[in-house]
Amino acid sequence: MLSKRLVVCLDVRSGKLAKSIKFVDTKDIGDPITKARQYYEDGVDELVFYDITASRENRDIMIDFVEKVARQIFIPFSVGGGIRSVPDATKLRNAGAEKVNVNTAAVKRKELISEIAHAIGSQSTILSMDIRKVDPNKEMPSGYEIVINGGVTPTGIDALRWAKTGEELGAGELVINSIDADGTKDGYEINLTRMMADSVNIPVIASGGAGKPEHLYDVLTEGHADAALVASIVHYGEYTCRALKEYLHNRGIKIRMNY
Amino acid sequence: MITIIDYNAGNIKSVQRACAEVGVEAIVTSDPTTVAGAEKIIFPGVGAAPSAMTYLKKTGLDEALKDAFNAEIPILGICLGAQIILKSSDEGNRKCLGLVPGKTVRFRLEDKLLKIPHMGWNEVTLVQPHPLLEGIQPGDEFYFVHSYYPQPADKKNIYAVSSHGTDFCCALGSRNLFATQFHPEKSGRLGLQLLERFARWDGTLTA
Repeated sequence: MLSKRLVVCLDVRSGKLAKSIKFVDTKDIGDPITKARQYYEDGVDELVFYDITASRENRDIMIDFVEKVARQIFIPFSVGGGIRSVPDATKLRNAGAEKVNVNTAAVKRKELISEIAHAIGSQSTILSMDIRKVDPNKEMPSGYEIVINGGVTPTGIDALRWAKTGEELGAGELVINSIDADGTKDGYEINLTRMMADSVNIPVIASGGAGKPEHLYDVLTEGHADAALVASIVHYGEYTCRALKEYLHNRGIKIRMNY
Repeated sequence: MITIIDYNAGNIKSVQRACAEVGVEAIVTSDPTTVAGAEKIIFPGVGAAPSAMTYLKKTGLDEALKDAFNAEIPILGICLGAQIILKSSDEGNRKCLGLVPGKTVRFRLEDKLLKIPHMGWNEVTLVQPHPLLEGIQPGDEFYFVHSYYPQPADKKNIYAVSSHGTDFCCALGSRNLFATQFHPEKSGRLGLQLLERFARWDGTLTA
């Protein structure tokens, strides 16, 4: 039986680690490669690096960065931020990233998902979604809306419909990031996560809102998520990866403990 | 020195980096002569069996691998490399290298909650000892990404199993050849330990 996964996300800005609160007010908190290595040794199951500047000029820096990471950590990691084309994806993949995340560019041109899935495989193609709660209406019956450009531009697209479209186009995994919960430390958006996990046949990574180990437990059980993504609770040293995993393990979650 | 075979099947750099991490020098090559004369071979790969076999045949790497196997050169297959060492693959109904009797089959899962590809960390259970699996404890997990798995015809070739709806072989071997369906290069310390053991392995089954 597959284990549930603890995923740590590192927001990277010009090669530095940054952490955002509700997607604004980003500040640098250290060297991401040192941090990544530390999490790797502490038992994290997967890492995600988001290039939050995501500019064209930053592409080469990011590829260089991925190569450096790949020499330091020997577990799967993915990269996201500003991936707009198949060459963007294959370059990052060849630099050592196991998977790539697409987000805004896929909303603007959905064929990007199938193109990348065809080039590097569905298992390496992750669709990341920034989602906010709205009043359910005709256009957005699920009551959740896709927001792009780093969580600032509402699209009017129904989040559930977009998740299903993403799966059909070949995404191998979904990151469900709740903008409402992000940075609050009040817990994941359980209803959103479960709705997504129950509607697709690909793994779902829950993101946004982790503040306590219980939150991870809740989203992996009640929320039906395959993986729980954390950031600030480990970046600021409140919890170690090991402590989070021990908590989950002790409550009966199957998670990798021997590392 | 380890020779990693590059046959246009996915990112083999990660295997080379993992070798470097454990202090083992590794070169990457797609030259059959280099392969046949190697000290030790890693045969990695992700992707589909039919296109991989086509490439191996075209380049003569298929014969080089068979020669290396017969010359008792230690070989480690990884992922796709653990599949096409068998006689055939259900993927595209393709004849493969045939170094080990058996075939590669696809997961057929009745439980709709289980997903294909089988992707993530899963427990590896030893069914018989092997020098490369020494030190592996119950509960040890490795990283998998695959939709097909190797099914050796003879139980004596099966060294470890994992479970995804069904128990399946995840480590197989014959003489100087050993192969894992999981990715040691992506499996953290335990995976690196396996690569380290391979680097020291003389290709015999006695410890």
